[in-house]
Amino acid sequence: MTTLTKNPAARSDQRPARSGRIRPCGLRRYGDLKIALFFIAPAMIGFVLFYVVPTLRGIYLSFTEYNILGDPEWVGLDNYAAIAKDPLFWNSLAVTGQYVLMNIALQTTLALGLALLMDRVAKSTLVRGALLLPYLMSNVIAALLWFWMLDYQIGIVNQFIEWAGLPRVAFFGSEEWAIPTQALINTWRHMGYTALLIFAGLQAVPQHLYEVAKLDGASPFQTFRKITMPLLRPVLVLVLVVTVIGSFQVFDTVAVTTQGGPVNATRVIQYYIYQRAFTESDFGYGSAIAVILFLILALVAFIQMKFLKGNESDLD
Amino acid sequence: MTTTTSRAPQPAAARRPATTRRRPFNARRAGAWTLLALAIAVSVLPFLWVFRTALSTNGALATQSASLLPADFTVGAFMRVFGLQSPADAVAEGGSGAAIDFWLYLRNSIIFSSITTAGAVFFSAMAAYAFARLRWKGRNAVFSLFLGTMLVPPIFTALPNFLLIKNLDLLNTMLGMVLPYVFMTPFAIFFLRQFFLNMSREVEEAAMLDGAKHLRIFFQIVLPNAAAPIATLALLTFIGQWNEYFWPLLVGSQDDVRVLQVGLGVFKSQSPQGAPDWSGLMAATLVSALPVLILFAAFGKKIVNSIGFSGIK
Repeated sequence: MTTLTKNPAARSDQRPARSGRIRPCGLRRYGDLKIALFFIAPAMIGFVLFYVVPTLRGIYLSFTEYNILGDPEWVGLDNYAAIAKDPLFWNSLAVTGQYVLMNIALQTTLALGLALLMDRVAKSTLVRGALLLPYLMSNVIAALLWFWMLDYQIGIVNQFIEWAGLPRVAFFGSEEWAIPTQALINTWRHMGYTALLIFAGLQAVPQHLYEVAKLDGASPFQTFRKITMPLLRPVLVLVLVVTVIGSFQVFDTVAVTTQGGPVNATRVIQYYIYQRAFTESDFGYGSAIAVILFLILALVAFIQMKFLKGNESDLD
Repeated sequence: MTTTTSRAPQPAAARRPATTRRRPFNARRAGAWTLLALAIAVSVLPFLWVFRTALSTNGALATQSASLLPADFTVGAFMRVFGLQSPADAVAEGGSGAAIDFWLYLRNSIIFSSITTAGAVFFSAMAAYAFARLRWKGRNAVFSLFLGTMLVPPIFTALPNFLLIKNLDLLNTMLGMVLPYVFMTPFAIFFLRQFFLNMSREVEEAAMLDGAKHLRIFFQIVLPNAAAPIATLALLTFIGQWNEYFWPLLVGSQDDVRVLQVGLGVFKSQSPQGAPDWSGLMAATLVSALPVLILFAAFGKKIVNSIGFSGIK
């Protein structure tokens, strides 16, 4: 994900040369293994029990038929074959894809705009704090808050729409609006946070470059294109990767507001997994969809890193 | 998920000198401010609207849906949330009359968030110390593995983890709810390792010469020196855990361990046919957000400044 800063002190420690017996350097280099094991033990327990084992078990379960009552029964690729023919799965993939695209487009553009504005006129903690406020709320709270404000009958947003002389919008109840509404809610929650991340990246752009550009008579737009954007690229790529991976896993707001409806309009992939596994007790099938989601995310992250060259910066 | 900077208040390597000169008014700046003000309004005003709704009666909300002040001011909604209203009164005011034990959920949320935060921060600090200050074979490989777990989607591990908790007979127990978080979070280890790497070695080495053992160094030197980042991490972890929904929904569906976020969902679905109990729902939402709002009011600067990047050259 990120390149970690090398710590100079972490390299070979230069202890005063000892006279006499020369010990094999391996022993001295790795002399802390015992005590390290002690320090890492609790985290290791959690890591193995709740990350490594479930990952392997999830892959295993995807090849089984398992309804929690009996034992898992090995069925090979049956689940995957069934998924390939499952219209609900393809629908959930399409719906999630729509959501991801809308969310990314909205969130990244707004956040980039906000970050540039903050960089230009307001760097105060107060401004950043106000923008960050929605992000500190849970998805459930964000969902309920907008569920009320976007209510068809007496929601304040529809009041405004009516005053503007437009027809009321059934934000949660109409198939065409359901997904955009989910994207709007999540954009509202994450916009400020993403803006702050990009803003932090902007702060790292060396000031003198801007001054040089000014002297050369570059327009603000040229400066943005030739200086800001290239230097901001690694930050933007990271933000994009994180946002895309997060968006693919949208669940909370759907579970609280529309439960996959109307019809199948918001049955996003994670909600479908949840339903198959927990309401229909079909853990094998649910796990298989989860494996597919996992593969999609890995692929997306890989493609983004590769093609956007996120790990390279033009700062050098 | 994202990386953080160690340098408060501003992560910038190149911080611009603050101009004390009042800039002359110009249209471009005014435009920028206007847009920024708009974004701030969209971020903050909904909270005021929720507050106003929570202090209204459901009947008045329907008729005066756009009045800025509470419609027919009442604290009835909060009474309903905290179970201080008789079911008959609650129904009369548009509530469901069903018993929702918000005090209990509040307590559960506090227990769940506190235990997971304390455990995750402490054990992650220990692990971060091993990754940052000790030398051992395979250190970086193991650390990369830990980081790799950040990429596994939670839904993927949630299914098997649910089964594990079920097999251990810990469904609907607080223990079952906290277990996956209490040993570590990859983010916490990553976050603290960054700070431990940048600590000076001198004090540590002086202590070493005195023959101090690692445990003592960790408790007496490293932890006190990293008090600020540890506090920030604890804040971020606590807020994250407070807002957790999916796992508590799976494992803690019964009243005695149900947390606020899950309770809110139940509250919403309990509305009787017809109009939802909007004022009650908004009061409940506000109550659920309150601890985080208080933390933000108290430690806002810490939280805001923790969001940035490090390790990106």
